[in-house]
Amino acid sequence: MVTILVIISIVLAVLAVVQLVRVFESTARLQGGISPLPTDAENGYQAKMMLVFLFAYLSFFAWLYAKYGDKLLPEAASEHGAGLDTLLGFNFLIIILVMVVTHIFLFYFAFKYVYDKNRKALYFTHSSKLEMIWTIIPAIFLAVIVIYGLSAWIDITIDETPEDAVMIELYPKQFDWTARYGGSDNTLGASNYNMISGTNPLGVITNGSLEQNIADMKAEIIALEEELTTVPAGGIKDEEITELIAKRKRQLAKIESFEGLDAAALAGGDDDILVKNEFYIPLGQEISFQFRSRDVIHSAYMPHFRAQMNCVPGMTTQFHFKPTITTEQMREKTQNAEFDYILLCNKICGAAHYNMKMVIKVVELDEYNKWLSEQKTFGESITPAEAEGVAEQKSEVGNEISMIEQ
Amino acid sequence: MATTAHNDHHHKETFVSKYLFSHDHKMISKQFLITGMLMAVIGMIMSTLFRLQLGWQGESFKILNFFLGDKWAPDGILDPNMYLALVTIHGTIMVFFLLTGGLSGTFANLLIPLQIGARDMASGFMNMLSYWFFLASSIIMVSSLFIETGPASGGWTVYPPLSALPQAMPGSGMGMTLWLVSMSLFIVSSLMGGLNYVVTVINLRTKGMTMTRLPLSIWALFVTAILGVLSFPVLFSAALLLIFDRMFGTSFYLSDIHIAGEALERTGGSPILYEHLFWFLGHPEVYIVLLPALGITSEVIATNARKPIFGYRAMIGSILAIAFLSFIVWGHHMFLTGMNPFLGAVFTFTTLLIAIPSAVKAFNYITTLWKGNIRFTPAMLFAIGMVSTFISGGVTGIILADSALDINLHDTYFVVAHFHIVMGLSAVLAMYAGVYHWFPKMYGKMMNRKLGYAHFWTTFIAAYGVFFPQHFLGLAGVPRRYYSNSEFPIFEDFVSLNEMVSIFAIIGALSQFIFMFNFFYSMFRGPKASTNPWGSNTLEWTTPVEHVHGNWPGALPEVHRWAYDYSKPGKEEDFVLQTVPLEEGELDGGAGH
Repeated sequence: MVTILVIISIVLAVLAVVQLVRVFESTARLQGGISPLPTDAENGYQAKMMLVFLFAYLSFFAWLYAKYGDKLLPEAASEHGAGLDTLLGFNFLIIILVMVVTHIFLFYFAFKYVYDKNRKALYFTHSSKLEMIWTIIPAIFLAVIVIYGLSAWIDITIDETPEDAVMIELYPKQFDWTARYGGSDNTLGASNYNMISGTNPLGVITNGSLEQNIADMKAEIIALEEELTTVPAGGIKDEEITELIAKRKRQLAKIESFEGLDAAALAGGDDDILVKNEFYIPLGQEISFQFRSRDVIHSAYMPHFRAQMNCVPGMTTQFHFKPTITTEQMREKTQNAEFDYILLCNKICGAAHYNMKMVIKVVELDEYNKWLSEQKTFGESITPAEAEGVAEQKSEVGNEISMIEQ
Repeated sequence: MATTAHNDHHHKETFVSKYLFSHDHKMISKQFLITGMLMAVIGMIMSTLFRLQLGWQGESFKILNFFLGDKWAPDGILDPNMYLALVTIHGTIMVFFLLTGGLSGTFANLLIPLQIGARDMASGFMNMLSYWFFLASSIIMVSSLFIETGPASGGWTVYPPLSALPQAMPGSGMGMTLWLVSMSLFIVSSLMGGLNYVVTVINLRTKGMTMTRLPLSIWALFVTAILGVLSFPVLFSAALLLIFDRMFGTSFYLSDIHIAGEALERTGGSPILYEHLFWFLGHPEVYIVLLPALGITSEVIATNARKPIFGYRAMIGSILAIAFLSFIVWGHHMFLTGMNPFLGAVFTFTTLLIAIPSAVKAFNYITTLWKGNIRFTPAMLFAIGMVSTFISGGVTGIILADSALDINLHDTYFVVAHFHIVMGLSAVLAMYAGVYHWFPKMYGKMMNRKLGYAHFWTTFIAAYGVFFPQHFLGLAGVPRRYYSNSEFPIFEDFVSLNEMVSIFAIIGALSQFIFMFNFFYSMFRGPKASTNPWGSNTLEWTTPVEHVHGNWPGALPEVHRWAYDYSKPGKEEDFVLQTVPLEEGELDGGAGH
């Protein structure tokens, strides 16, 4: 590849030098005061180039379409997505028509009305009629586009999410995603960023996680206070540790305040299910996504479902759709045995932005339920093992979590 | 008043007062142009560097190592952090330093006094300060490339929290601080320039130069300056609040953040507030870039088609309509921030309205060519190219303005293709048209036409070659600002397309050196220009070739007609200077209806 680049550079450099020499010659002649205006030959040549370009441009378009047109996104895998594709097709029809027709006029006129010293241009300053025509015609087209577009937008965004929609939270951080399911009650438990810890990557608030967090925080404060006694008073280290202790105490107070939440809210998170790398959604069910973010703005982009929503720290956003094609079916349709739906990050978020993804599996409801029942709940993942038999399992969960934190 | 100003200008000039701290608008215009060109070269080299990575992902290039060193391109492979930095600074330089400062700074300074018949800008001193703030801001922006943690890397829109927290990425440290300082100075420069342009156009028009006799270039630059004066202060406040969040621990844009293992004690703010403030400038900014380009195109097309610009009043009307609408459409950059769907619907509607005045402009340009008598000077080629990119890029705006369709196209390469063609290419092509057209006025020399042709065709073809295929990437769902697509098997089909785009980018970049050579060579060695080489009507072509302070050696010219009496029936020549009195019974073309 480097060779090609070098060759291109050399060819262009040579061309440039050739041109340079010609410039020196021609400028020498020009010093005599030849007209600054293009000669008839130059005008004629450039006029022909207008047509050549027009043809080349439209051919380039056609060639790109022929070569890459079937490599674009496959058919939409969601209910609203199919409607969006029709809308997109309709808009493309209009704009390509406008683009081609105006370009033909532009370059054809440029070609046709090339300079002729025996002719005078038409002194045509304005025409209210013409101008009305090309104000009103675009306005009519745009009215159609606006009405069609907004009805699609309203269908997607304003209609109510059904009660029984599957609740999933997508939670990004630099640089990965976690998906959280509502679990058996299909309700996402309360959460807060102050609760985030090694074993609680989303900061879910449950009795268990509160107990653990408070204990950890208290232990850290004690450890810090001990450390404080070992450093010389009044030094920089002393100041740092004192500040950190104060900060931890404020954080502890905040965490302790969550104990005041009502019992139902505290119980909601125990059955939540957290997964990484890959998540499943059931075919034909409404999926209600909610998004938060741990650190910076991310954007959850699921191109095959024509779905996207920003994930903004400090607020919760939503999007919902109904998947209509399973992963297996899509593999058949695209004749690609390795096809997978993906979730990717589409808002610049740092060095590994380009590598922040999750695989989405659309499966039949039965398979989805089976998969879900095999996942550990949040409550299980943080509760210490009670029986010997569970201990083994627990260490597995522990590994999973430490993987999560990577 | 005019005479005293004129006399003042006869003081003795030193090198410093003539070339450095000049108050003369013509010199300041050249200063803006040269500085803008230097910045553009930097921005262009950056784009070539990251195109090497995108075209041949993960391959090693010695040239990357040569420019970026072992830290940012070890073994000739671009570092992902540096990729983001290059994208960010490329965007910042092109949008602000080339197409705002460079474009408006050059042509508003050159054309406003010359085309309205004024001795100079209303305040020569402020005008000079405007340039020096611009230079200082350019130097700071460029210097941020040399610091250890690298320049700002959060994209040219620098959304917090990414840009607010140094722990979020290396570029959010010192680099971001310098970005904010540089942009603050830039805004000050822009405001001083803008105020000056507005005041000058309102107050210093010569006798007979009514608003409806102004050339469209002046209308465009005038409205642009108003847009800048109204919107840049909002960016300034956004930057100021961001500085507060970074330096003084406030939380205007921050809330509920857990980063680098720590929960931050910042609550109550919202990054969305920043987005609103940023895009309140950001969208008018698009027209701050585009309107001068349209103004230049109007002049060049009318002059070289030897035909009045079609629908002069409709052209002014559409400039005003676009300017007004540009203030109420910013939300279309934020459809997916979780805004109220009803608000999204309103922004879709207002955005699509802009298509109407834009369509009027495009149709009027095409009608101006119809039955014209077209001379293909290099400037004319660039102007026709500009109309083409304005249409090609404009129509895809209709798709992106549609909030429902934006769901799937937001932040993909489709957006990259759209704004590069409609804003980037259109403005750059028009800027070239302007330079080729007014070079005789600026330097008293002619540029070489053959090199001009070579420059146009390589640039124009390469430009479409770079950006047109990117629509297809966008429709395949490829996100912008991705260092590499190799993580996603679904994007594998586009390897060859990315390679083609990069090759065109390299050709396009190299072809700009043809222009640079032509520019500097002609400046010194070009054939001497005549007073009115293109046979134009406007006032700048009545001034002497050798620049004088006060522009006209004698009294100021008096204007008797509009600027577009080309090929008027009954006239011997195919142009009539604005200073030529109307004959008995002759109607003034512009005011005649």
